[in-house]
Amino acid sequence: MRHLIIGSGPAGVVAAETLRKADPAAEITMLCGEAGPPYSRMAIPYLLRGDIPEAGTHLRKDADHYARLRIQLVQASAKAVDAVARKVDIGGRSLPYDRLLIATGSRPSREQIPGIDLPGVQACWTIADARALLAQARPGTRIVQMGAGFVGCIIMEGLLSRGVDLTILVRSGYMVRRMMDATASGLLRSWCEAKGVKILTHTQPTGLTSEGGVLQVALANGRVLPADIYLSAVGVDPNLDFLEGSGIALGQGILVDANLQSNVPGIYAAGDVAEATDCLTGKRQLNAIQPNAVEQGRIAALNMAGRPTRFKGSFVFNVLTTLGLVSSSFGEWQGVPGGESTEVLDPAHYRYLNLQFEGDRLVGANTVGFTDHVGALRGLIEGRMRLGVWKQRLMADPTQVMQAYLAAAHSLV
Amino acid sequence: MQKSLHIDPNKCTGCLQCEMACSWENYRSFTTAKSRIKVFSFHEAGRFVPYTCTQCDEAWCMIACPVDAIRLDPATGAKIVLEPTCVGCKVCTIACPFGTINYVAQTGKVQKCDLCDGAPACAKACPTAAITYVDSDWTGLDKMRQWAGKTDTNQATA
Repeated sequence: MRHLIIGSGPAGVVAAETLRKADPAAEITMLCGEAGPPYSRMAIPYLLRGDIPEAGTHLRKDADHYARLRIQLVQASAKAVDAVARKVDIGGRSLPYDRLLIATGSRPSREQIPGIDLPGVQACWTIADARALLAQARPGTRIVQMGAGFVGCIIMEGLLSRGVDLTILVRSGYMVRRMMDATASGLLRSWCEAKGVKILTHTQPTGLTSEGGVLQVALANGRVLPADIYLSAVGVDPNLDFLEGSGIALGQGILVDANLQSNVPGIYAAGDVAEATDCLTGKRQLNAIQPNAVEQGRIAALNMAGRPTRFKGSFVFNVLTTLGLVSSSFGEWQGVPGGESTEVLDPAHYRYLNLQFEGDRLVGANTVGFTDHVGALRGLIEGRMRLGVWKQRLMADPTQVMQAYLAAAHSLV
Repeated sequence: MQKSLHIDPNKCTGCLQCEMACSWENYRSFTTAKSRIKVFSFHEAGRFVPYTCTQCDEAWCMIACPVDAIRLDPATGAKIVLEPTCVGCKVCTIACPFGTINYVAQTGKVQKCDLCDGAPACAKACPTAAITYVDSDWTGLDKMRQWAGKTDTNQATA
């Protein structure tokens, strides 16, 4: 059996390892789109901050890890998939497969403004991007960053640690609006501003020009911001271009069934590119987060190895550190129609906890400044656990989450 | 025979000797806030429940770690955080559905129970045998693991 995995991020690597365990005799090939050993984008902020060397970002630390597991790494990008002949064109040659996993991840969304191709415009997504930033960002370097989503926030500390002058443009009124409510977002904003970051909301550039090697960022209100670096961080899109004409059904991502198989038998998808069903809402959606990638990689691999395994559904959650302030979001943090919510807020200490209920079940949560036992929020929400009397106790005191979890999940009290 | 921590909340008096022992073992200080085992108080019921990692087979934390900083100790079955490798991204802290791997701001790393290399300090310190370290067959480990997978069928209790 020839297993081919396109992509060497967390989903691809975990899939390859799972395949080796489940199918000791199989041929396993993994396409790596970037040079060097498979690495984790989640570690890039810590590379920028100088906490770790590049090797610290590697997904696996043993140099012979892949060779030992007989996982063949091929440095190449997929150009096209021929689902009839069962082969993948990697430019100049093609690789045959019996089972194919598409785990090509995401790439930064491209802003549609004049000047976006000018030198000095860059993203912070790959390790090559991080190297470029490390080479350029010095004390006083003027960085104008477009976007304050997850990536935009998580890289701030690394940038500021280099002594740069950072201005952040936010198109909406809120930072991290895809994972945080307005209160949590407001806390993040005041935290960042207190640390010297300039944040301009309801602002986006109309175009970029270059004068004497300095970028000029034109804003709609007529203001022009000079910048040595324009950092574009407006979100990510799944890498799907090479699937055009393949017959693989696409929505926002690759449409997969409960076994993470696409409409083409033998072709599976995992990670950022997979559009799977959400475990709470039942709706299909992309879920571009690390724990989802590894879980889908594992499940897809078991199915590829002939062990039918169902994916129980995507769970949307995330944890973010913005200049040292930790926040997290879980499930339906926006709340549900007819639901109830409760919160505690201590703006002076940047602490906030918001819980969302549907009946006596917790369905979502936002936290700022709370880090202890936050995993239990996942346990309660994803497990759809009935809270019974603990619902009212949590309404009265949301910080009793762990007690509620022990009572509901373990019947310990 | 692999051993595991067995917790009997009925025997816990809330004395926090386990938390003291854990923080001493790992930080050489009696700082219960740094303990990897936590005793939760239930004021209404007048009860105390010690709780820590069950070293679950699913190893949510280990599989979610983006930098391979959590490893399995084959001798004890414990999932162990390699501090020098951990970057402090906290993905494991939200991935673990039990809430038993946590971020420590002072170190910038996460921490969890590592079974003290097979001689858990909390069990040694517990004066009422509410926490014991026994052969896995004798513990409610499987039961605890099943609890984790409970869905609509479980009944919450007061």
